[in-house]
Amino acid sequence: MFPTRANLLRASSRVDINVLVPIKRCIDYAVKVRVNPDGKGVDNTVKHSMNPFDEIAVEEAIRLREKNKDLVDSITAITVGPQKAQDTLRTALAMGADKAIHVQVGDQHNVEPLQVAKTLKHFINRDKFELVLMGKQAIDGDENATGQMLAGLLDCGQATFASSLQIADGKATVTREIDGGLETVQGNLPMIVTTDLRLNEPRYASLPNIMKAKKKPIESVKETELPFDLKNRLETVKVAEPAQRTGGQKVDSVDDVVQKMKEKGLI
Amino acid sequence: MLNNIIRRGSYFIRSNKFRPFSSLSSLSADEIMLQDSVRKLAQSAISPKVREMDESEHMSNDVISHLFNQGLMGIEVDSQFNGSESSFMSVILAIEELAKVDPSVSVLCDVHNTLVCTVFNKYATDPQKELYLPQLTTDKIGSFCLSEPASGSDAFALQTKATKTDNGYILNGTKMWITNAAEAQVFLVFANVDPSLGYKGITCFIVDKDQGVQIAKKEQKLGIRASSTCVLNFDDVFVRDDQVMGQVGKGYKIAIDILNEGRIGIAAQMIGLAQGAFAKAVPYTYQRKQFGKAVGEFQGMQFAFADAHTQIEAAKLLTYNAARLKEEGKPFTKEAAMAKYYASRIAQAVSGDAIEWAGGVGFTRETGIEKFWRDSKIGAIYEGTTNIQLATIAKFIQREYSDM
Ligand SMILES: Cc1cc2nc3c(=O)[nH]c(=O)nc-3n(C[C@H](O)[C@H](O)[C@H](O)COP(=O)(O)OP(=O)(O)OC[C@H]3O[C@@H](n4cnc5c(N)ncnc54)[C@H](O)[C@@H]3O)c2cc1C
Repeated sequence: MFPTRANLLRASSRVDINVLVPIKRCIDYAVKVRVNPDGKGVDNTVKHSMNPFDEIAVEEAIRLREKNKDLVDSITAITVGPQKAQDTLRTALAMGADKAIHVQVGDQHNVEPLQVAKTLKHFINRDKFELVLMGKQAIDGDENATGQMLAGLLDCGQATFASSLQIADGKATVTREIDGGLETVQGNLPMIVTTDLRLNEPRYASLPNIMKAKKKPIESVKETELPFDLKNRLETVKVAEPAQRTGGQKVDSVDDVVQKMKEKGLI
Repeated sequence: MLNNIIRRGSYFIRSNKFRPFSSLSSLSADEIMLQDSVRKLAQSAISPKVREMDESEHMSNDVISHLFNQGLMGIEVDSQFNGSESSFMSVILAIEELAKVDPSVSVLCDVHNTLVCTVFNKYATDPQKELYLPQLTTDKIGSFCLSEPASGSDAFALQTKATKTDNGYILNGTKMWITNAAEAQVFLVFANVDPSLGYKGITCFIVDKDQGVQIAKKEQKLGIRASSTCVLNFDDVFVRDDQVMGQVGKGYKIAIDILNEGRIGIAAQMIGLAQGAFAKAVPYTYQRKQFGKAVGEFQGMQFAFADAHTQIEAAKLLTYNAARLKEEGKPFTKEAAMAKYYASRIAQAVSGDAIEWAGGVGFTRETGIEKFWRDSKIGAIYEGTTNIQLATIAKFIQREYSDM
């Protein structure tokens, strides 16, 4: 008799984990964001790409698998976003995720953290994921909330701002960047881990992987198919540009600096 | 009826199967992803090495490995041969993106893909594909050896001889200006099996480096200095019968066919180069102040930028259009010649102007603007000089207008 997959799993008593990586399509980090004349939003016609913290999360999931092939059973990318967000999912697939879920919302609908967290919970309950690796925040809304809310909704452990991650024996060990140093925490899976900038440097997809990604499955779900609504609870009242920086002035010596500061009444 | 057509049109647009009215520069999602990925590679892994590679006239091995690892050295090759199984347009986009950062790296990738791999894809026998394509997509660079000391534009006057023996051929002759020759392991060599047949004796041979390919001289050049260009000697080099590419006597056809599409690659290199020079010089002009104002804000400068930008756009449209025509299986020889001719011309003009926009800073080697201009000159020479492109275009004009 051939050993079945289930037998093998039991025999080695290893814990396979399924990783969920939520990602968001944002205005590209290199684009200079401009506020719309109506003051209610920003110009969205510019280049978009995957939120950089999410790229780090995708990379970390792939590295977990590369480090230990038997550890990670599957990597699923998920996004709540407009039609165009499919391109962002394809990027995650081209980097190395296995499959993707696209919860489609209207083009102008920027879903709030709680609604995203509820959506993630819905799919975690449906498909069972032992690890959720996600960006600590999206660079557009800068909310830094979805991961924490999700941990609350699921009543499971969370480790935010991860700068290193180890998984062994059903536990996650995470080093976190905190004010004044590093903190290492450990907890049982399932767990929510949010990524900080120094966790890794994401790869760029190779051309063969971009081509292979075309054949990987993307499940498309309409917002109306969810058992709850994704309506925003908040209304954006006003968006304003940061105050214009006034140009500096070059001085030749320390004495000049002191002199100038005195003139301006700063000292 | 009209309604029906409109409805069908919008169905196609939505379904993304066929985009009847999209602009020339509209790219598919994978094309955008490829472009992004090559851009990141160029910025992070190539850009820091450009100056040093130019000064030392040497291609970094590290850069070469990156190109292989990213799947850029067999873009159109089937995945069963470890290729990326992507499109011609992807090749064009990759060459363009690389040239924005370094036209030398760009031409290495260009020759390997559009000349060498394409010849294998189109003309090689199955056993030849099985033997060579996995090497060419994994770690072996290819060279395309047509030109000789006495035959450049008049390529079919080549004198390298292939003398038939029992189970193969003996090659004798000299090849000149062979791109990638210093790094290459696989050489496509054009030789004549019977000079009395004229061009109909020209045959293409696959030659492994260790079969006796000798590098006689590595040229020192004005531009694309990190890309190797060598003189090769073939002294009684024996090749087997199964190293004939395609058929005996079909070499001239292979060369014409491949160089037609290769020209679109050179056009892509040139539009990338022009954009690279533009992007280096223009931001500087908004920083540099003279007469109390950023120099880029003077109208004389602004009009020059606007004019150059328009030329780049026009060259890009010619190039992308030729590439799309090729992908659609339509005739593209004239359009490819136009793209290569125009793109190389504006690349030289724009990169030359870019030096002046940056003033003294542009003239120093440190900023790398002058390098784009040095690199641009080759665009008007290889894969058919400007006059040869014009002659090709003129042939089409005459065909169309002479019998009116
Ligand atoms: C950096 C570099 C890399 C190269 N890489 C390769 C390579 O990988 N493989 C390869 O096979 N070759 C390669 N070449 C060779 C290149 O393709 C030839 O240099 C080119 O075809 C021109 O030939 P030529 O240099 O002999 O110039 P010539 O043919 O001697 O031309 C000199 C001048 O005469 C003009 N002219 C020639 N004939 C005509 C005509 N009928 N009507 C009007 N004007 C004419 C030309 O336009 C040119 O201005 C490379 C060359 C260089 C410089």
